[in-house]
Amino acid sequence: MLCVVRGALSTLAQTLGFQEQECHAVVLAVDEALTNIIRHAYKGKNERPIAASFRRIQVSENGSKRAALEILLEDRGVTVDPKELCGRSLEDVRPGGLGLHFIRESMDRVQFHRRNGRNQLRLVKFIRDSKPQTSC
Amino acid sequence: MQIASRHLDKITIFDVSGDIDLATSPELRKSVLRELRELHTPRVVLNLTSVRYIDSSGVASLVESLKASRDAGGRFIMFGLNTTVRQVLQLSKLVRVFEIYDNEEQAVAP
Repeated sequence: MLCVVRGALSTLAQTLGFQEQECHAVVLAVDEALTNIIRHAYKGKNERPIAASFRRIQVSENGSKRAALEILLEDRGVTVDPKELCGRSLEDVRPGGLGLHFIRESMDRVQFHRRNGRNQLRLVKFIRDSKPQTSC
Repeated sequence: MQIASRHLDKITIFDVSGDIDLATSPELRKSVLRELRELHTPRVVLNLTSVRYIDSSGVASLVESLKASRDAGGRFIMFGLNTTVRQVLQLSKLVRVFEIYDNEEQAVAP
């Protein structure tokens, strides 16, 4: 199902006016976040529910309002240890631990909360002033 | 993702297509590691021309393959990376550690 989400999100990002490289970044970030939920919160069980919402918002930054895409992902998995959200040094060439780095590099804001027995991840990407692209 | 192998002298070339992600990267990892560790193929080449997308689990499989090739004294080579795949490798800061070429002719050259 991850490929379905990637396809839909790519179309959404394109419609909102993200440039091609930014479309790829948004898709990568959400894909990695979903992968982390399946792997860590749900311990590899890929049939468990993940709620996802996407909306265009206005974000205050340095006294002005900026348009952005807000993505909220919520799961009912185990509590994620904040230490596990620190990522790792990229100087060490070894497999694993890259997902969080990809998310942070791809998005402008990344926030994690544990509320009412659920993990909530909020991702925000500013929409630059650009014309919608014809392909992503 | 689909993966097919062909042989050229002592070189094995894997033609990979589709998306390399959480669901498909284990198959790629298994195929490449078998070639390196069990069949002791001195040079394994990945043709990524038809790969549209790769995530961190795919990158992890590539890193593990690279390490296996180094342990065996062989070479692990990739070619045909599109912009999306190259961007992900650049994001991981791993582009410099891999042996990457533009096309197959360069990848199989002596």
